[in-house]
Amino acid sequence: MTIRLAHYLRMNHMPHMWCPGSGIGIIVKGILTAFDELSINKNDLAFISGIGCTSRAPGYLDMYTLHTTHGRALSFATGVKFSRPDKNVVVISGDGDSTAIGGNHLIHACRRNIDITMIIVNNNIYGMTGGQYSPTTPTGAKAATSPWGNADHPFDVSALCKAAGATYVARAHVGSGVQLQRLIKGGLEHKGFAVIEVLSNCHTQYGRRNRLADPIDLINDVAKKTVNVRQAVKMSEEELEGKYVVGLIHKDESRKEYCEAYDEVIKRATASR
Amino acid sequence: MQKVLTGNQSAAWGAMCAQAQVVSAYPITPQTTIIEELADLVAKGLLDAKFIKVESEHSAMAGCIGAQATGARTFTATSSQGLALMHEELHWAALARLPIVMADVNRAMAPGWSIWTDQNDSLSQRDTGWLQFYCESNQEVLDTVIQAYKIAESVDLPVMLVLDAFFLSHTYEAVEIPGQEATRKYLPPYKPSIYLDVKDPHAFGGIVPQDVYMEFRYKMQVAMNEALDVSVKADEDYKAMFGRGYGVIEQYRMDDADTILVTSGTVASTTRAVIDDMKAKGQSVGMLKMKMLRPFPADLVREALEGRKRVAVLDRNICPGMGGIWSQEIRNALYHTPESKRPDVYGYIVGLGGRDVTPEVIEKIALDVQERPIKDGEQVWIGLKE
Ligand SMILES: Cc1ncc(C[n+]2csc(CCOP(=O)(O)OP(=O)(O)O)c2C)c(N)n1
Repeated sequence: MTIRLAHYLRMNHMPHMWCPGSGIGIIVKGILTAFDELSINKNDLAFISGIGCTSRAPGYLDMYTLHTTHGRALSFATGVKFSRPDKNVVVISGDGDSTAIGGNHLIHACRRNIDITMIIVNNNIYGMTGGQYSPTTPTGAKAATSPWGNADHPFDVSALCKAAGATYVARAHVGSGVQLQRLIKGGLEHKGFAVIEVLSNCHTQYGRRNRLADPIDLINDVAKKTVNVRQAVKMSEEELEGKYVVGLIHKDESRKEYCEAYDEVIKRATASR
Repeated sequence: MQKVLTGNQSAAWGAMCAQAQVVSAYPITPQTTIIEELADLVAKGLLDAKFIKVESEHSAMAGCIGAQATGARTFTATSSQGLALMHEELHWAALARLPIVMADVNRAMAPGWSIWTDQNDSLSQRDTGWLQFYCESNQEVLDTVIQAYKIAESVDLPVMLVLDAFFLSHTYEAVEIPGQEATRKYLPPYKPSIYLDVKDPHAFGGIVPQDVYMEFRYKMQVAMNEALDVSVKADEDYKAMFGRGYGVIEQYRMDDADTILVTSGTVASTTRAVIDDMKAKGQSVGMLKMKMLRPFPADLVREALEGRKRVAVLDRNICPGMGGIWSQEIRNALYHTPESKRPDVYGYIVGLGGRDVTPEVIEKIALDVQERPIKDGEQVWIGLKE
């Protein structure tokens, strides 16, 4: 089956502004493939982002797109979903956008379990503004703001989302495009708040400062640190230290979706009148 | 010492000379290199400061507020969306009477997204209780950071200095750097009037009932009024010590000119060249450069403009529904001028979202204003596409 990538793209906006070798291309392809495999009509899609290199994606997508303020994409998306619950609402966001300036909105979207698919592109750095460390930069790694190594402890984004109440949490990496597509597809099919954290490569801002300037080297370095969930359950905490567990990490279909829960409250309120 | 620096580096070197002790910031284009330069100065051992790298601008200002409240001298920098996000804490810093110094790199507000210069970000913070200074050159940026601490700490109010995105922030010029030792003679170490002290505990930020809140505001207004003279003197003292002064406003070749162009930021330096050219051709023109927005130097502006025929205010900003912000301020200042001496004030909107304000544009305005009949509150938009 051929995937209709161009169908979902604004080809007149090409060439794109992303660095050659950036993992974002693999991720956008994964998303569009999932749309096509699920036969999602592009007029039924709202694609929303904040600010950053990652967040430039909606500019290239031929659907209803909203490029919002830094960190707030989920808040805008909540407004869109609430007023049009019939639409597929997808958010794409960088690690800085979603867990630094927008961290508050992320945990609350998880908690509410609103039916939005959130793709977090975790490249361990603020790419767009020139390589400052982010809440996912590993301790000790170099960044424009930590030339002698980062002192902060990073977030485990997937664990954070699971703990905050997201009902679908998956982690993928750009070295494994097929798994990535499958996990995004699962997130789109899931009714409730779905997070797909994608480990990506910013060789330009992160790699160059950490002796991984070649995109392939950086993608391989990330791939080396991944462990599949099925393997991970057999491993001890020490063995998992410094590893990224990939695959479907958490899925809970028992919890009510937020828009539906809200409608029920309204039904109760109007029935008792 | 002389160095070739960008406007952003100049801001950082200013904070280095002033020996800022805590820097709290969040990156945003085109401000980032200010913070990176400061990080570099700390790394090289030229500045003994601590960095707080936070998760948003709101937290950056909160970090400065916390550090300043312990008696430390603080510095931060931001731009556009970042400044807007700080808004709540800007009010806080001013009402808490903390002399924080911040550089804002003027960048247009979104949407549509723009990283280029205009003044709407800083001008929309004019009612927060911060002093505001607009700079024209990299040297002025550096000197203004140092002066800003002197002024802020004399009146216990925060100061924002403003520089244009890219035209200053990323453009190199030779800059004279006084260094920490010489600066200390002008700006002694910070002695806070109130701060967190375990030996003399105070409560900060408590609830204030209706019968005292107004008095807090009144004291702030009194301090703002004092800040005008303090700023004039801080600049004179600086000039006496380092040979460079700018004035809170500057009259450039205004002598007995009929037509005055009012400018701010980098548009001022382009306008200087235009004035020189036009004067050479026999035109009766001059320029008033506005450096200070708050407190507004109304008396000085009135003195400078009284008796002129007409004033063209070049506003690289727009207050929708009202017009250019500098032109509102200038009209307001001239309200009490007797009619016989009151010039007509024309508002021109220029250079929004970083559109270039070229010498041709400025000359066009200087000629246009001499022909145009005055209409109440009219705003003329220059360079609009059909
Ligand atoms: C309020 C505000 N603060 C700061 C910025 C500047 N800014 C733009 S993108 C960005 C960080 C982007 O990093 P990330 O979200 O990790 O995305 P990436 O560029 O790496 O894809 C920042 C700080 C902004 N646009 N708005």
